[in-house]
Amino acid sequence: MATGFRPVTDARQRQMAHPQAQAWWQALDCGFAPVADVFEECLYEALSSFSKPQMEAFIEAARYIGKLGRGPEPLLAFLEEWPAVVAAAGVDQQDLLPSVMSAIRAMQQSPNSKAITPFLQTLAAVARRLPSADQLRIYLDIAQDLMARSSGSIHGHHTTFPSPALPEFFAQAPRLLGLLSTTGLRNWTEYGIRNYANHPERQVDYFSLQSADSHAVLQRERHGTLFADVERQLDLYLRALWRDSEQLVPYSTAQLTSGELRKPVPYYDHLGIRVPDVFDDVRGVTGLDRYRAVLAHMVGHRRWSQAQIADNWSPFQRMAVEFFEDCRIETLLMREYPGLSRIFLALHPRPQEAACDPQTTSCLRHRLAMLSRALLDPAHGYGEPVLLDFVRRFHQMLTGRESSTAESAALALAYVTQTRRQSDQLAKIHFDDTVIDYRDDNRQLWKFIEQGDEEEAFDEERRPEPGEELHGLPPRRYPEWDFASQTYRPDWVSVYEAMHASGNPAEIDRLLAKHAALAKQLKRLLDLLKPQDKVRIRYQEEGSELDLDVAVGSLIDFKSGATPDPRINMSHRTDGRNIQVLLLLDLSASLNERVGADGTASGQTVLELSQEAVSLLAWAIDCLGDPYAIAGFHSNTRHEVRYQHIKGFSERWDDTVKARLAAMEAGYSTRMGAALRHAGHYLSHRQADKKILLLLTDGEPADIDVSEPGHLRADARKAVEELAAVGVTTFCLSLDPRADDYVRDIFGKRWRVLDRIERLPETLPSLYLELTR
Amino acid sequence: MSNKEQFLVRAEPYYEAQGKEVALYEAAYHARLPVMVKGPTGCGKSRFVEYMAWKLGKPLITVACNEDMTASDLVGRYLLDANGTRWLDGPLTTAARIGAICYLDEIVEARQDTTVVIHPLTDHRRVLPLDKKGELIEAHADFQLVISYNPGYQSLMKDLKQSTKQRFTAFDFDYPEASLEARIVARETGIEEAVASQLVKLGQVARNLKGHGLDEGISTRLVVYAATLIRRGVAPTDACRMAMVRPITDDADIRATLDHAIDAVFA
Repeated sequence: MATGFRPVTDARQRQMAHPQAQAWWQALDCGFAPVADVFEECLYEALSSFSKPQMEAFIEAARYIGKLGRGPEPLLAFLEEWPAVVAAAGVDQQDLLPSVMSAIRAMQQSPNSKAITPFLQTLAAVARRLPSADQLRIYLDIAQDLMARSSGSIHGHHTTFPSPALPEFFAQAPRLLGLLSTTGLRNWTEYGIRNYANHPERQVDYFSLQSADSHAVLQRERHGTLFADVERQLDLYLRALWRDSEQLVPYSTAQLTSGELRKPVPYYDHLGIRVPDVFDDVRGVTGLDRYRAVLAHMVGHRRWSQAQIADNWSPFQRMAVEFFEDCRIETLLMREYPGLSRIFLALHPRPQEAACDPQTTSCLRHRLAMLSRALLDPAHGYGEPVLLDFVRRFHQMLTGRESSTAESAALALAYVTQTRRQSDQLAKIHFDDTVIDYRDDNRQLWKFIEQGDEEEAFDEERRPEPGEELHGLPPRRYPEWDFASQTYRPDWVSVYEAMHASGNPAEIDRLLAKHAALAKQLKRLLDLLKPQDKVRIRYQEEGSELDLDVAVGSLIDFKSGATPDPRINMSHRTDGRNIQVLLLLDLSASLNERVGADGTASGQTVLELSQEAVSLLAWAIDCLGDPYAIAGFHSNTRHEVRYQHIKGFSERWDDTVKARLAAMEAGYSTRMGAALRHAGHYLSHRQADKKILLLLTDGEPADIDVSEPGHLRADARKAVEELAAVGVTTFCLSLDPRADDYVRDIFGKRWRVLDRIERLPETLPSLYLELTR
Repeated sequence: MSNKEQFLVRAEPYYEAQGKEVALYEAAYHARLPVMVKGPTGCGKSRFVEYMAWKLGKPLITVACNEDMTASDLVGRYLLDANGTRWLDGPLTTAARIGAICYLDEIVEARQDTTVVIHPLTDHRRVLPLDKKGELIEAHADFQLVISYNPGYQSLMKDLKQSTKQRFTAFDFDYPEASLEARIVARETGIEEAVASQLVKLGQVARNLKGHGLDEGISTRLVVYAATLIRRGVAPTDACRMAMVRPITDDADIRATLDHAIDAVFA
């Protein structure tokens, strides 16, 4: 052996203490010293749960892992974690081992063997978070699916690059499964694979939970009741039951590191009521009811609590006052709505009387939690005389009245004094069953005369700097439909809305004058369509007036012995149009093309033609009296969709609107779905029998940041479906002669392709009239 | 006149005064001033008018107005019979002839041009011209016109003309305050007052949502319905869901909130 190399001692020669252990060590056939160091301890742990044949299989699997050529790490992880995995899954080893081993084999046979170590290291933590072996198998499936789809290849048939995501995925798996169900995990993984398959760095960011959309999707897929889903119900709850309309602000609970040192607690201040962003169901109480309990509790404080001066009270005294005060307001809450007691009592822990040993542990929390239970729950079943005495005094204090924070504080201080123990000062504090998680942190209950040293300068009100005023509207975010995964990409597109720039209104008047002949023709059509407010309906059995002609005829019939027609009245009905329309113009760069390159060109651009057409249409709709709006859009990646306001529903067809129309300009791309959603959001809030969104476009949806063919098309179709669901009819007039291929996909039957663009000015108004006849 | 008899209110309707409205109405009636009763649906407007008619011993003719109602539905029309045409008085004409209180319920539901026919009856002239018949009816000395409407759900389309509004004296009605409402519900249905006040509390919960997804809160009428169901042996929670929540909303969030309120009130 050459000098400079450390001599490697072969651990195979190591002697184990027990002969059986020695036999297994031989069977393992492993030369790693670190493994030899802990082998026997691992064996003893395994022996406590495995039978002899199971041990054989265990050692055999370990032997295989030791021979993978990845050093001692995977083997150590396996030996240490495996018994815990089996115990957590709650099944026999033979039900689980084959699937785990096949997953390891699959990784070993692909370039992903590096991921085996993180996989084994987190397996036990994962198993603890999954309720059954079936779920664990699903987890393995997800992982293998991820591996297969994210491993790269150069020439297409051999996978040559390891999956960048896989090790990160395994490292994050315990945390992910703490927040997600397996279905949620699958969706989250799916999203990452779909969107970042060709982008290794971004893939790593996503799977290591570094990127924003990774968090957004995680949030969306979380189990439990999401705040976002029930926000309206909670607002209604506050308003209806408590006549409170405070703003609700969610705080994140997903950012917790695995240590979970400090959980955020609900609280309220002058900016609003803070609640967690998600609540799981616990002890038969739904997440929604937990939110309600939290809100009710805080409303109670806002109603009945007065801040107390706390400078002279010790932390223990303050804690006791908080417990008493919380119980006082909860008693008042339950007096108001007796049904709340079901929720409160189900959520309130029920500490065991003997759970805390006062010799070794600080029991104050435990005593107070018991007391709190006893104050709320008449069937508490505790027998301690002091506790019973204070329960009696508490109820006496509240009989027939609301009492006050000062009174409950006095009672609390008396309680602390009477039950004080030396051991309360001990560092070891009993926490089990003492956390009442629907209560807030009571920060509003205290005021301090002396400010502490740690003055909180950041609490000071921040005034906006002069000149910080907003010039445009803040962006609105819209989701985008991902047809491949059949989910929405949350908050994917930012739409900025702004007023369109103004030009010279005389331009538009000139355009209208140019089409005077057409206008005259249209005018005749319009007069026919114009709503006739009263229409006479004849031949009615009952009506407002006698129709003399018919009545006389009937009377003649009657006199001459024939059966008279009883329908001798007439009535009126009002015939009004109740249509609102929003005209959405695609202002993408292609509008700058000139029409008819084959020599017959009038030399006009599509934009100019659209301008003429829109002016005529606007004039026509104005004549009819239907409320209408006009807007244009173009996009420059998903971060910037510009929606330009040209005419609002309440604006009149006058020079300001004409000026905006005259200034129309084309540029950038066509992200249709977001624009449709934004326009639809305006239209859907209008009151009308029929709401029409008329889209004028010259090409298919496209944007420079989208390479997938068909993605924006599918998104646009989804947007059209969404609009249909809220009662908005979308109609597309396409100027692209080749549009037949895709407009049907997007708009179903509601589209028309205009072959001769030159005829746009006459087509558009008559199309509208046809649509609304 | 037997015609007059049929419009008399025979038994005393149960009415609990919320304020001075009974005395005020009597004063208005003695001066024969037209009266307008405003208030949300189901708060006791019609019951009040019925009660006053009984108290004053005058016949009461009620017309439920609707959108398809025309002036001839109020005034009268020609009908055919064997010998030609025959005139039939409408309810308003009948009331003016016999000296009844004519009560036009939910007047805004009728179109504005229809309601103009009441104008000559509501000012100093107190006449009703029947132009089709060529007759001018002098209103009977006991005749009075009362209209009701609910300002809560009036749309821009459905409002009274100023010229109509300014012919009336008006009462503003609202749901009675909680203890009174509970007493009314208890008295009306014979339910215990404790249950009645729980029902009223629920009604108030829903009234807090007016304008936040509900057009109208739960009316006293619905509270009475719920109490009636409870009297028939229906469990309170079921009765409330059936009578107080399901009728007023199809919004799932509001329904869930009100259902929770029911569970919270009836522990």
